[in-house]
Amino acid sequence: MEEKQVRIQLEDAAYTYEGASSPALSGASAIVREGEFVAVLGHNGSGKSTLAKLLNALYLPSEGRVVVCGYDTSREEFVWEIRRRAGMIFQNPDNQIVATVVKEDVAFGLENLGVPAEEMYPRVESALASVRMSRYADSAPHQLSGGQKQRVAVAGILAMEPSVLIADEATAMLDPSGRRDVLETIRDLNRNKGITVVWITHFMEEAALADRILVVSDGRIVKEGIPREVFSDVEGMRALHLDVPRMTSLAADLRREGMPLREGILTVDDLVKEVERLCPLKSAI
Amino acid sequence: MSIEVRHLTHAYAKGTALQTVALDDISFTVREGEFVGIVGHTGSGKSTLVQHLNGLLKPTSGQVLVDGEDLNGEKVDRRALRRRIGLVFQYPEYQLFEETVARDIAFGPKNMGLPADEIDRRVRRAMESVHLDYAKYAESSPFELSGGQMRRVAIAGVLAMEPEVLILDEPTAGLDPRGRDRILTMLEELRARDHTTVLMVSHSMEDMARLADRLLVMSEGRLAADGTPREIFGRPELMRSVGLDVPEAARLCAALRQRGYDLPPDLYRMEELRGCLLRLWKEGNAC
Repeated sequence: MEEKQVRIQLEDAAYTYEGASSPALSGASAIVREGEFVAVLGHNGSGKSTLAKLLNALYLPSEGRVVVCGYDTSREEFVWEIRRRAGMIFQNPDNQIVATVVKEDVAFGLENLGVPAEEMYPRVESALASVRMSRYADSAPHQLSGGQKQRVAVAGILAMEPSVLIADEATAMLDPSGRRDVLETIRDLNRNKGITVVWITHFMEEAALADRILVVSDGRIVKEGIPREVFSDVEGMRALHLDVPRMTSLAADLRREGMPLREGILTVDDLVKEVERLCPLKSAI
Repeated sequence: MSIEVRHLTHAYAKGTALQTVALDDISFTVREGEFVGIVGHTGSGKSTLVQHLNGLLKPTSGQVLVDGEDLNGEKVDRRALRRRIGLVFQYPEYQLFEETVARDIAFGPKNMGLPADEIDRRVRRAMESVHLDYAKYAESSPFELSGGQMRRVAIAGVLAMEPEVLILDEPTAGLDPRGRDRILTMLEELRARDHTTVLMVSHSMEDMARLADRLLVMSEGRLAADGTPREIFGRPELMRSVGLDVPEAARLCAALRQRGYDLPPDLYRMEELRGCLLRLWKEGNAC
């Protein structure tokens, strides 16, 4: 099988905040390939936001190397190219909107790049369509819900035609429907437009949907694997101040009581299938 | 202490073209010792509602009665009443400002004019309540703590006022799983120890399943439902129609019922579901 192109490469990267006695992140090595959806988990203060900021040259590694879409982030002349190709969305929807009309906010990055007007508007329209926000193009951002604002922020990034999208707890401040909405939008962009996603989150159920998970603890990448592997270690995850999806935890409890459920249960659907296998309906016998 | 909300309506920018009705004819009563969860989509009016409960906002019409007394009545000592109702805002750690944890927590009691030994007693007790070791943290700067610890310092500052009613606006937002669990455990202990009446706003249905005796469901400034978690989570179609969801245990239960399994329709706690699934496997029926 042909190997997909490397989008992000961390080689033994470290970062120390000014005045701090120890690094916030050290010895971080990882590769993210084109089209992957990688979740990053870690407790508050683990270093996962530092990791995110290294990925689009907001921070430069104090040791090691970070290469994004083929560009070394430490080379100053590449900074704008890197930020165009690896867009970032943050936790607070209210801190990311700059304009007073949605479509102008989406066009903001393009204007900065000096994209001509006749090219700009089709790109803005298509970006808004991708996040299902076309009908709000002329609205004022303050009239939107949190989830809608986050989708406008995503559209602003999409207009730049990026290869990578980095989301740092983008759903943390949203209500349940806003969370579902933003996550579904990003998964759709990942599957149907091939955009590589780095998804930092505190929600285990969101991480369960990723292709791969990186776990950061005390400034180091301590685990890496597909969700089924990473979440099979219930006690290990809890020791890292994290958790496992609720269905994984329920399945582990039931297994302890003797119920022979298979390993790797992450979602409601997984558990429904296992119950159907182990407890056939009486009427069906 | 009981709180009774009667036909509460609140309009922002009243009398202007921008007038928005944030709360529309809300009525409910919170009994002493109850743990009430308030849920609703962003902009549904939850935060506006809780800001009325300790007098930060005044109703456009309607009343908030505390132990039968109108919070906005003319002869009421609002300051005294407010002290009995502690409000923890969203992201309260942004409001920490003192040089040490102990001084930050002491700020409220000091303003109440309490004697030094009483302030000290309250600071120690509040720190114990939020699981912060006094010997270890009292003299630390709050800004050197983790996000979860800072949040607990901020909550301790409200607890040090020893309120009879505690209102928390999204106390677990943005915390990692352990930070969330610590806050929830702390609230469980507080209820068991002091019988504090608690109102908690949260987007997490799982937190509500664990803690709430009763749920108020807000939508578009109205009270869309008021009932026990069992009643409310037994109506997934209602919850989805107001942009919310039900806990995963309730979703699993509904999915299995749809496939013909005979489970009770109103399961919403993981422990209940675990018992039912084990019986289903061992005995072929769940109930």
